[in-house]
Amino acid sequence: MKKIGVFICHCGINIKDTVDVDRLTEELADYPGVAYIENYMFMCSDPGQNHIKDAIHERKLDGVVVAACSPTLHESTFQTVLKESGLNEYQMEIANIREQCSWVHTDIEQATHKAKLIIKTAIEKLKLNESLYPVSAPVTKKALVIGGGIAGIQAALDIADAGFQVIMVEKKPSIGGHMIQLSETFPTLDCSQCILTPKMVALSKHKNIKLYVNSEVESIDGYVGNFNVKIKQEALYVDPAKCNLCDDCTEVCPVLVPSEQDEGLSWRKAIYIPFPQAIPATYTLDVENCLGLEPIACGKCREKCIAEAINYDATDTIIEEEVGAVILATGFDLYPVENIPEYGYGKYPDVITSLQFERILSATGPTGGEIYRPSDGKVPKEIVFVQCSGSRDPEHHLSYCSKICCMYTLKHAKLYKHKVHNGQPYIFYIDIRAGGKRYEEFVQQAVSEEGILYIRGKVAKIYKEGDKMIVIGMDTLSNKKIEVKADLVVLAMGIVPSEGSHDLVKRLKINTDDKGFLSEAHPKLRPVESLQAGFYLAGTSQGPRDIPDSVSQASGAAAKALILLSSDKIYHSPIIASVDEDLCSGCAICVGTCPYGARELNEVSKVVEVNEILCEGCGACISACPSGAAQQKNLTDDQIDNMIKIIASGK
Amino acid sequence: MKSGYFPGCTLKTNAKHFEDSAMQVMEVLGHPLEEMENWICCGTVFSMTTDDLMLQLASIRNLLRAENQGYDELITLCSMCYNTLKRAKEFILNDEENLRKVNDFMYKEDSKFKGTTDVVHLLSILKDRITFEEIKNKVTKPLTDLKIGAYYGCLLVRPKELAIDDFEDPTIMEELVDTLGGEGVVFPYRLECCGAYQTIIEKDVTVKRTYEIINSARNAGCEALITSCPLCAFNLDQRQKETSEEFLEFSTMPVFYFTELMAIALGLKWNKDWKKLHYIDPVPLLKEKGLI
Repeated sequence: MKKIGVFICHCGINIKDTVDVDRLTEELADYPGVAYIENYMFMCSDPGQNHIKDAIHERKLDGVVVAACSPTLHESTFQTVLKESGLNEYQMEIANIREQCSWVHTDIEQATHKAKLIIKTAIEKLKLNESLYPVSAPVTKKALVIGGGIAGIQAALDIADAGFQVIMVEKKPSIGGHMIQLSETFPTLDCSQCILTPKMVALSKHKNIKLYVNSEVESIDGYVGNFNVKIKQEALYVDPAKCNLCDDCTEVCPVLVPSEQDEGLSWRKAIYIPFPQAIPATYTLDVENCLGLEPIACGKCREKCIAEAINYDATDTIIEEEVGAVILATGFDLYPVENIPEYGYGKYPDVITSLQFERILSATGPTGGEIYRPSDGKVPKEIVFVQCSGSRDPEHHLSYCSKICCMYTLKHAKLYKHKVHNGQPYIFYIDIRAGGKRYEEFVQQAVSEEGILYIRGKVAKIYKEGDKMIVIGMDTLSNKKIEVKADLVVLAMGIVPSEGSHDLVKRLKINTDDKGFLSEAHPKLRPVESLQAGFYLAGTSQGPRDIPDSVSQASGAAAKALILLSSDKIYHSPIIASVDEDLCSGCAICVGTCPYGARELNEVSKVVEVNEILCEGCGACISACPSGAAQQKNLTDDQIDNMIKIIASGK
Repeated sequence: MKSGYFPGCTLKTNAKHFEDSAMQVMEVLGHPLEEMENWICCGTVFSMTTDDLMLQLASIRNLLRAENQGYDELITLCSMCYNTLKRAKEFILNDEENLRKVNDFMYKEDSKFKGTTDVVHLLSILKDRITFEEIKNKVTKPLTDLKIGAYYGCLLVRPKELAIDDFEDPTIMEELVDTLGGEGVVFPYRLECCGAYQTIIEKDVTVKRTYEIINSARNAGCEALITSCPLCAFNLDQRQKETSEEFLEFSTMPVFYFTELMAIALGLKWNKDWKKLHYIDPVPLLKEKGLI
């Protein structure tokens, strides 16, 4: 029989005041298997740990029970003590007599008795514990970044700079995301493109980064450290290697399509480059709007292309890659403005979204940075900004705060004032949320020096009268209904997860919250990791956030991915499920219950096999197995039976 | 499906032309209205301002009687009857305690209230049951060249749970006007409050509302308004008298119940008695458009 040492901790007074530790020591000394027992004030302290080490050597112990706090706190501390003493760390059991005993009871007599039973169960479990060794697997030292916005770009650059290979997949024809559409950025008012394009260029030139645009991740199989990725790349009708960017093709193309880059405020052709600084710098043929790939239908662009870069026969390709870690930076979309019909978007051209206004402000936008309103090209003399359009309205729209709208709206109003000096901006708001570095100063300066009028209240309705937009709202500070006659209305739309992300997360089985944003493993302590091992979150895919936060989070996600990529092997707890091949009938009931895809029926041997890296030891298969062939290591039916017997006997 | 018609008080008095025209229209459309027996006051929308069960009794008694007369649904013409009956039903049915108390109180009725009778507004029947397509086929005198604003007020669309259409952006009445061959005009103030019962205690409030609403409609190009609420109709039509006195530049506009125009479009004869119930005489406009 194993020689077991029992070490009872006082935890100062936390345990000792409610549990009579001296009496426990006395009563358990004769329990079968116990070769040594003692109690001490702080077992987790260095002297406490030394007590255990000394006892292991002197008494030649085979295993140790520490009766103390929850194993979530000090299990690894005491496992290390065993390792350092030459024992297998799985010959250590914690008997939790603090959270589950002393803290929740007041009666010393009863608490002491209960502590005794808890310690006995731990002794019984330990008696049948096997020595286990962590499961290990190799790591593919390459990362996949999904999404080429600022968050994806930052994460990719960080990982690549650390010397690891990166695959970036972007759905659109160019990287840059929403940030490339912005004019200036708050609170410093530096030009968005000026600070983003150097990063885009760096990414395209980086020897460690391979970029796939017009592409989507179809599937990711495998497990942490060893993923197999399938990427679907849309047909390359324009060969980027041959295209010399002469722009002759767009001149002859007869098809006009609303420009995505300009949020529909201008037109592009069916063959186009999204914006001058696009990365990769090449033209894209938009198959959905092209008159037809049959040269009989049109074929004008191919005729015109001197470089012979256009090939109508190109087809979609599937690319396979192996990676060790995946960064999800799938970004955001604006809340659908059609959901707020009373604001009249779509009906009135002079009601626009915040992203459209960014384009109007932008030097590369449809108006070259001059502020004209869409309906008649007049300079708007009075302009109304409607904050929380769709946000903070749990009854009808989004329940959450989209976080960035207060600041970008203020930025809009400022930039408007800088360009239209005699103009009057009004901002309808609920609260002004300016909780970032130098954000509050940005607000105060605008209110005191720029003459921006803030009206606290929501807008009920917007309609047109003559050539004015009438904005009806409530001023909740004076408790009066007010009407503003404006030339242009900008809706500060809330933020939702990007449309494409919904299907992707379903395919990849990534957890999301009830709003569709990706779920972090822990809201405070593991904010950049997904619950699915090997997946990391960056940018607005996880929740609304501004550029500084997206970049910090992306670097955080990259650092976490680098921890994985820089390990030669990944290790995994060996407390996982096993299969007794003699008992397994191959019914495969367990295969369906496994949430991690860790179990598979071997068609030849007709026995279920466990992928030890994927298994998380949840126990679902064990309770499902009708024959008892599935057993959790060190938590077998026999061990559980013995523990129940102790509790049931009450002695 | 057995449908009963719940008139409510005004339909027999000030809004008699609403009832008459609706009866005739439904006859032509092949769905004659059958008035339920022994109905009483709907409770009026005041009953919903507090949670006092006593105030719900009128509504519930009507619904219970309809149940006992074997009606699966009650059709109302008046927006307020629709709103009050429907809300009272939900309020009582959604709370077992309320249901028990109300039934205990009404022990003299023939049976217990179960809530099996639906409350439906005539507009919903026209759109969903009869369909606008079908109505269009029966139009013999299209309202050509007539620009009409639909005034919804609050009772058809608030609270949103019982709205007969999108509660912020309804189009059902404009669609109906288009079906009749006229031009349904969306005007900004079509969902604003008409002033409701302020018309009795603070007439000036209603006068101002009427001024704003009619002007809003006129600016959008409307030549007439339609509504389905007798209280709105009273405020928007009768109060144009005071509005004209108060605002000298104000120009008046006829206000119809939507069924009056339906009657004309379906080829029914314009009843001269209806004119007496209008404050602003609609006849010149109808003559101008060649409709009567």
